[in-house]
Amino acid sequence: MTRRRAEAPPGAPTQTLDIERKSVTPPSPEEDGFSLSPAEAAGADDGQALTDAPAGRTRTASGGKRSPHPAPDAAAVSTMSSTTPRPHSETPTSPRRPSRSSTSPEKPLSPGGGRRGFADRVPVRVRRAALPYLLILPAVLLELLVHLVPMLIGIGMSFLKLTQFFLRNWSAAPFAGLDNYTVAVDFDSAVGRSLLHSFLVTVVFTVLTVGLAWLLGICGAVLMQGSFRGRAVLRALFLVPYALPVYAGVITWSFLLQRDSGLVNHVLVDQLHLFGERPFWLIGSNSFWSIIVVCVWRSWPFAFLVLMAGLQNIPGDLYEAAAIDGAGWGRRLRAVTLPMLRPVNQVLVLVLFLWTFNDFNTPYVLFGKSAPHEADLISIHIYQSSFVTWNFGSGSAMSVLLLLFLLVVTAVYLVATSRRRSDA
Amino acid sequence: MRRRKPYLFAVAGALVLAATACGADDSSSTAGSAGGSAAQTITYWASNQGTSLENDKEVLKPELDRFTKETGIKVNLEVVPWADLLNRILAATTSGKGPDVVNIGNTWSASLQVTGAFVPWDDALLKTLGGKERFLGPSLAATGAPGQPPTAVPIYGMTYGLFYNKKMFKEAGIDKPPATWDELIADGKKLTKDGKWGLAVEGASVSENAHHAFIFGQQHGAELFDASGKPQFDSDQEVAAIKQYLDLMAVHKIVNPSNAEYANGTEAVQDFVSGKAGMLMWQSIATQLKQAGWTEDDYGLAPIPLPGPSQGGKQVNAMVAGINLAVFKTAANKDGALKFAQFMTSKQTQQNLNKAYGSLPTVTDAYDDPAFESQTIKTFQQILSSTAAPLPQVAQESQFETLVGNAMNQLFADAASGKAVTAEAVKAKLTEADQQMGG
Repeated sequence: MTRRRAEAPPGAPTQTLDIERKSVTPPSPEEDGFSLSPAEAAGADDGQALTDAPAGRTRTASGGKRSPHPAPDAAAVSTMSSTTPRPHSETPTSPRRPSRSSTSPEKPLSPGGGRRGFADRVPVRVRRAALPYLLILPAVLLELLVHLVPMLIGIGMSFLKLTQFFLRNWSAAPFAGLDNYTVAVDFDSAVGRSLLHSFLVTVVFTVLTVGLAWLLGICGAVLMQGSFRGRAVLRALFLVPYALPVYAGVITWSFLLQRDSGLVNHVLVDQLHLFGERPFWLIGSNSFWSIIVVCVWRSWPFAFLVLMAGLQNIPGDLYEAAAIDGAGWGRRLRAVTLPMLRPVNQVLVLVLFLWTFNDFNTPYVLFGKSAPHEADLISIHIYQSSFVTWNFGSGSAMSVLLLLFLLVVTAVYLVATSRRRSDA
Repeated sequence: MRRRKPYLFAVAGALVLAATACGADDSSSTAGSAGGSAAQTITYWASNQGTSLENDKEVLKPELDRFTKETGIKVNLEVVPWADLLNRILAATTSGKGPDVVNIGNTWSASLQVTGAFVPWDDALLKTLGGKERFLGPSLAATGAPGQPPTAVPIYGMTYGLFYNKKMFKEAGIDKPPATWDELIADGKKLTKDGKWGLAVEGASVSENAHHAFIFGQQHGAELFDASGKPQFDSDQEVAAIKQYLDLMAVHKIVNPSNAEYANGTEAVQDFVSGKAGMLMWQSIATQLKQAGWTEDDYGLAPIPLPGPSQGGKQVNAMVAGINLAVFKTAANKDGALKFAQFMTSKQTQQNLNKAYGSLPTVTDAYDDPAFESQTIKTFQQILSSTAAPLPQVAQESQFETLVGNAMNQLFADAASGKAVTAEAVKAKLTEADQQMGG
């Protein structure tokens, strides 16, 4: 160990420390490097480097280039510290490294002399407190611009009687109060009834799609866990639907599913003779299953990708220990893999749910503007309510209802799952 | 050093954000309508009249070149597919950023008129085109609500007729096109064999369905809107009319059930010109026929059968269809746009373009060209001037098209999958459409 350290170049231990920190614990503002004095930093470096980095290295070296279940942290540290020499002008012992108390004017600064004066006039405490907010400022501004402003405008629109008469000048549209909402939730009227129908169709559709996508994803990820010949090729192949542009993928499906000239019917009817009469896939009750198949096809590679990444993070020791205790493959899946994947699943299922429930592109490309009654998903339904009938206020009200529903589901889901997690 | 960097990043990030925000603004305004060189350019959204968007560009290019030569104004042409056109116009209306000139389906005239997006063609403005009298009466009737200045000027006149395949008719032993509905059904049954069908319909096309709902509704004496402008789509007459149309597939089985999937407005025509169906109720399909190499020896055009005298409806067998040209109030180059309207309604352009599309000139003086003496054009002209009715010119017309058209899509889907399409089922769908109009 000591010998190893002596051989290492002077800059290496610090880098190890930086990466190590980041990968193990999220850096708090107090801890992001510059708050340590040179001596402290060097001392900490040495200790950490001594205990962690070489251990990681040794393991990698002994386990070959691709150890089946490398402990993620150690592996990350070892590979990064040994393979990525960061262009780094500073060394840990450099006297220029700022220390906790270094606000003195003789501290070296960037060449821009003008800013120096301004920055120095701001107290350190304020500067330190403001930094995180400044850093996220661009993201916050973008978020406001891209998401919140349109959302607020949409909410505003939902209280207006915004029809074609007022398209040119929205401000002239009369205030409708809650009329748009009462119409939308009045399930005795045609508008409310069709919205409810569409909502229920979407719920069933989402549950089935997310379930199937997750199932396929976990199967794919578990089967791909061990290394075998052609694994990389298969992985890449599995990810194709995710990489394809939505339009290109779904329009191909719509060709496949056509009644007379589609490949699906050609195989099912002409070659396998499963049906006497050619079934319809894009209209009528089969359209519901068509949209599920297409959506699962589109979303399962994402589940696969995320679960595969999750599996990589499960330490190999757990499997070894389980195997030693005599657990078979199925038992290891139930007792190690699935529980360890819980945090991943928690996020994955939520994201899949939101994407699927809201999906507009897939049904729009598959069915066009007028979706079949049986596959009348809510996003298309709202689009129709606003664009096709030119009643943008009513469409906005439905969108707001959808937003509220999704918010409630998300909140309940997060509370429920995190409670279960803390119980465990 | 280390401590400065985050601030720099934050500031740089904010700057980049500001820069992109401005950039986006700039680019959208130039894309919308010809920014700086506005005086010399206009943007024109054409509708899809030919076999494809490319085909339209080819047809229009020589005319637009001529316009540029005559006036020095360049035309940025974009051909917009029918499925997108209305949405694009709505977006342009809302944002105030759009083209200078646009083609609209003439049935939308009244709906778009109330948005106030287009320059109204009052008498003074119409005079620059040669006055009201120059235009064909039926075409001018479909340019907006009665009593108001037209919201757009007609450029292509069209109507519905019954195309039939002469060779298939001969093989089936039919010597003349059907004149009554019974004959049409009987002929259709004779033609339906060996994977071929009597009639092709665009069963999932909202606008085609809505047009037929209107035409057959007229034959049954239905009115879509009552005198006060309230929708009444579910009248018994309208139910009977739509059922009659659906029954061609559901009961008489002279329409291929697969037609219930046809949505993009070209597939039924394709079935007809490829000989898969013997008859087609459609507007002009000159470019498609030409591309397939068909001449008047191969196909004939007859009026769609009128209702029997005992049926009590109106003697209507077509609608006044066509394309109108509208100028946006927000046009960056309004003068250029008005000049372009003048050019598009000029005798020469009317002759050239209507010849290419097989549609009817909308100005009387353009008919001296021998090309408009063909049997097909004569038949269309006859239908348009005698038995075609314009769709109701009311603000909710486009909603009628989409709601009733959609309802019929679903009914066709039911018919295609073998479900019985009863009068009650039709009525239920229409009542729903009626209620969705809201008011």
